[in-house]
Amino acid sequence: MSQGVEAARKPPSHGRVAGKMLLLACAMFGFGYLMVPLYNIICEVTGLNGKTGRVSASAIVAAPVAEDREIIVEFTASVNQSGSWEFRPNAKTMIVKPGILYHASYHAKNLSSSAVVAQATPSVTPFSAARYFNKTECFCFTRQSFEPGGSMDMPLSFVIDEDIPINVDRVTLSYTFFRSPDQS
Amino acid sequence: MSSTDVTHHAPEEHGHDHDHGEHGPAKGLMRWVTTTNHKDIGTLYLWFSLIMFFIGGAMALIIRAELFQPGIQIVDPMFFNSMTTMHAIVMIFGVVMPAFVGLANWMIPMMIGAPDMALPRLNNWSFWIMPFAFTIMLSTLFMDSGGPAGGWTLYPPLVLQMGDSFAFVIFAIHFLGISSVMGSINIVATIFNMRPPGMTFMKMPMFVWTWLITAYLLIATIPVFAGAVTMLLTDRFFGTSFFSAAGGGDPVMFQHIFWFFGHPEVYILILPAFGIVSSIIPTFARKPLFGYDSMVYATASIAFLSFIVWAHHMFTTGMPLAGELFFMFSTMMISVPTGVKVFNWVATMWRGSMSFETPMLFAIGFVIMFTIGGLSGLMLAITPADIQYHDTYFVVAHFHYVLVPGAIYSLMAATYYWLPKWTGNMYDEKLGKLHFWISTVFVNVLFFPMHFVGLAGMPRRIPDYSLQFADWNMIATIGAFGFGFSQLMFVYIIVKCIRGGEKATAEVWEGARGLEWTVDSPAPYHTFETAPTIQPATITR
Repeated sequence: MSQGVEAARKPPSHGRVAGKMLLLACAMFGFGYLMVPLYNIICEVTGLNGKTGRVSASAIVAAPVAEDREIIVEFTASVNQSGSWEFRPNAKTMIVKPGILYHASYHAKNLSSSAVVAQATPSVTPFSAARYFNKTECFCFTRQSFEPGGSMDMPLSFVIDEDIPINVDRVTLSYTFFRSPDQS
Repeated sequence: MSSTDVTHHAPEEHGHDHDHGEHGPAKGLMRWVTTTNHKDIGTLYLWFSLIMFFIGGAMALIIRAELFQPGIQIVDPMFFNSMTTMHAIVMIFGVVMPAFVGLANWMIPMMIGAPDMALPRLNNWSFWIMPFAFTIMLSTLFMDSGGPAGGWTLYPPLVLQMGDSFAFVIFAIHFLGISSVMGSINIVATIFNMRPPGMTFMKMPMFVWTWLITAYLLIATIPVFAGAVTMLLTDRFFGTSFFSAAGGGDPVMFQHIFWFFGHPEVYILILPAFGIVSSIIPTFARKPLFGYDSMVYATASIAFLSFIVWAHHMFTTGMPLAGELFFMFSTMMISVPTGVKVFNWVATMWRGSMSFETPMLFAIGFVIMFTIGGLSGLMLAITPADIQYHDTYFVVAHFHYVLVPGAIYSLMAATYYWLPKWTGNMYDEKLGKLHFWISTVFVNVLFFPMHFVGLAGMPRRIPDYSLQFADWNMIATIGAFGFGFSQLMFVYIIVKCIRGGEKATAEVWEGARGLEWTVDSPAPYHTFETAPTIQPATITR
């Protein structure tokens, strides 16, 4: 019947369409993983999620100082797994001027009877201040090793950018102490 | 014959060299295992989802029985949590999605005049992966550590504390994902390549259009979900720290990745329903679908918008104001194309010669009750209000209104609508109408009170609750048992229709248009082996 007409049509290639769709599926699988670095970049650029900035010490010398502003910085500490840690800031608050480099420290003690590697993660609130809170040095940049019962004071140096929003007069820096995940 | 040759069974497979148009199905059980026929595979999908509907429904009844009164009466809280988790997974991945794929298999080739799906062997695989995946999934309930109990959203860190079932659940999800993606690739290839001359894109039935867009959504989002659960798997077993703050990861990031999949997923669960309703209402209003073009564009707009609204599930995670505003307004924007659809359905019925057979009753029930669910969705989209509603029974009421009298009603409407075409017999109209009215009464008794307890502050996913919520919970449970058991009627009507009944004509419904109504009832094992000629009378618009 219509076979003559049908034969004139070029056979459509199902493989090509299926291949393209499969490629799209694989690309989207990759995109799922790409969201991880994207998420971190967006958080760092915008200061969302309390991610703080990091600057080199030499940049601070040239930075202007806002003499007329005073900001209260509060330090808090928490431990992810209870029991085996003592973790606290050595000073609970500091009054700082934007543009000047300050030093603070936290005290940590391993209360367990085994050597442990730990990692601290920082968070700054309010989020709108996070991107102006820059650290030149921080114990949170690296993992810390503790002997059984060992303790140490861990330093951190920070400077608040003078562009910090005018309505912010109090910033809370919070650290959570984690046992590093790659130990049994 | 080139376009049809591609899809024919290889001769050695069935032992038929001749008479392609004449041969029927193979005999015995192996017919169903080895079949590459789109109608067989559609039937398998539909039976599978009907069975899963009762498994998921039984879980819902366990939940409702426990919530009949305050206190812990029937099940222990851990099992209760695994019931809420499994109920969701079964209903989403085991009922609504396979049922829509089943309908796509049965109807898309017949609607566009193609002899079969483009990739019949892949089609067989897509189906047969599912029973195995669900056997693995459901088997976790019998493990010592119990089934998954952290909610279907699988949020870390809770989900990482799950027992032995964790790896099994992730494995099953991977397989379900593979099945969905293969099924979608097949649907896209079929719609692109197998339309006969004259069946242009803008002449395709709405069900085909909605499925084409749904297939794209599936292909684009299921792999993201697969990635997210793979990250969970490596976090738990291989020392990565995607979602573990201890290693520099962030559990909130999981929510972003999950809902980037999860929000398009909710449209995957409803777009084919829009297509079904857009097929049924014109038939029983005896008028062509009002605003066909706008329906197509509305569907595409909803699909596009679904990718930029995900964080409205996360308003309470501490988003910045700009993010809250963006996701609030983009979410509200979805009500515009959805409103276009609802108005078009109403306009199709306007001054039509309407009759109210069972499929039409379910379709109208869909339009009304889906709109109720849509409106509560709009309330949830308002960020400041959502902070009050978040994780309360109001959310449960919202998504059950769009999924039960929404997606499930569309599936029942579709079943009644096409059952005479599948079986060759008319179903029992009186029982069908009774099924509709009993279901509709009970579904509202079941879900409407959840709005009240939700607004009053009852949290979701808890086995026990404060006394002030007791009355409405008792009423909801009565509705649940009424709705659940009335679905046995649905099975009875289907079985009765398969076994016999008044013979159906080819057209079945007086106002039915479209190619599927030009073939005999029951539809022969092979249809449209030669491409049909597209005439104005046989296209749906």
